[in-house]
Amino acid sequence: MTKAGSSVPEASAASQIAGPHVAGPLWVNAEITYKCPLHCVFCYNPLDYASTFDKELTTDQWLKALREARELGAVQLGLSGGEPLMRDDLEIIIAEASNMGYYVNLLTSGVGLTEKRLAAFKAGGLDQIQLSFQDSTKKLNDFLSSTKTFDLKLNVAKLIKQYDYPMVLNIVLHRQNIDHIEQILQMAESMQADHVELANSQYYAWAFKNREYLMPSRDQLERAETVCNQFRERLGNTMKLYFVVPDYYADRPKACMNGWGAVFLNIAPDGLALPCHEARMLPGLDFPNVRDHDVRSIWFDSHAFNAYRGNSWMPEPCRSCDEKEKDFGGCRCQAFMLTGDAANTDPVCSKSPHHTLITDQVALAQRLNLREDEVKPLIVFRDDRNSRLYT
Amino acid sequence: MSLPHDKALRFAKQYKLQWESAQNAWVLLYPEGLVKLAGSAGEILQRIDGSTSALDIVSTLEAIYPGADLKQDVIDFLEHAHDKGWIISA
Ligand code: SF4
Ligand code: SF4
Repeated sequence: MTKAGSSVPEASAASQIAGPHVAGPLWVNAEITYKCPLHCVFCYNPLDYASTFDKELTTDQWLKALREARELGAVQLGLSGGEPLMRDDLEIIIAEASNMGYYVNLLTSGVGLTEKRLAAFKAGGLDQIQLSFQDSTKKLNDFLSSTKTFDLKLNVAKLIKQYDYPMVLNIVLHRQNIDHIEQILQMAESMQADHVELANSQYYAWAFKNREYLMPSRDQLERAETVCNQFRERLGNTMKLYFVVPDYYADRPKACMNGWGAVFLNIAPDGLALPCHEARMLPGLDFPNVRDHDVRSIWFDSHAFNAYRGNSWMPEPCRSCDEKEKDFGGCRCQAFMLTGDAANTDPVCSKSPHHTLITDQVALAQRLNLREDEVKPLIVFRDDRNSRLYT
Repeated sequence: MSLPHDKALRFAKQYKLQWESAQNAWVLLYPEGLVKLAGSAGEILQRIDGSTSALDIVSTLEAIYPGADLKQDVIDFLEHAHDKGWIISA
């Protein structure tokens, strides 16, 4: 399956539930810490992530917020980060959330996942693990995440099977690794992956800083998709493959988060409640904190969650467009990053007056021709020292 | 593979059916998302327990709603759920 843009949670019921009146959240993404031993060049954490280190929510504050969201009807819970394994109360959070009735997903790089911890997660009711890989070759994996983690991840993959979880691999594709797709898929096959998401990085945060070095050319994308299709034909349903092209290559935007404040609630490590992972960058919204407010008032009453809800906020060309129920005018953060105004139409849309911002970048991706050793010094790695520069 | 009507059915691994009072509906949960089930779909799927077959479900529902000819609808829906990968033979 090829989808443009993002791997936004699939909420088939969303359109029925988010009718004329506002429904509660269905999906909570708890970014329990931005600490992470890796330094991925495409990291989607905010540039100033290090500023949250001394303000992280306590275990009780997390449980309170999760309970409140559950009361509003949220059922899917993602535990992510950063690297969620960096919190030593992850066992408690998993067990309590599972008790509350959440379907609990852990999104991890695998660094820090021991058998002891995995056994505790399983006993606590963890439903699903998604393991992220940077690449199939040790050299590139370690370069792109700027650490030595490849062997460790292979071991983690074995543990995950041993504990009877399906193997769900998440591999971020980009200009520097997309030509290795064949090796990547061979690795996935040898790990007996059940589900493989090959998503091109989206250009936010650190990936936005590194956009030129991460955006693949059209030729690269076509070759990669051909290889994917060959694997699909050969493996059928035993390994489900999702290939996600960068939304810059589409002429309609992604239906970002199924709409602002429609189904998705992100809670950052410091307790900020956000309608998506990236929204923290948007000025003037004064996002509420779960320490100070209950989730009900945040979701229904806060200015931030109502700012782009529904479609009455839309300017032209979205306002009079008959596709506005389909894509909600795209991504607010992308509109802000590229045009300076979050209320503008996502420039990915060919109807946007700013669409050339996208097509120029895509044109550049066809021309750029740098070797790995030329690219390396230009890339901005996500690390705590760089992050403090943006704080 | 088509759905055997007389074999016990269960949910596929990682699929969970749950009553959600906030939604006032049965909700099917799986790793990439959820589906809120319409009333009749919830009626059918809540009877899947690893030992009940499609035909068993038809007769249970026909006993609850006497006079209604439900067989085709129930089987159609179960086949749909099977095609989607929600349920498999136990
Ligand atoms: S993208 Fe990489 S650096 Fe960023 S949180 Fe995930 S594993 Fe850590
Ligand atoms: S104009 Fe707006 S609503 Fe219409 S397709 Fe483009 S982004 Fe979507």
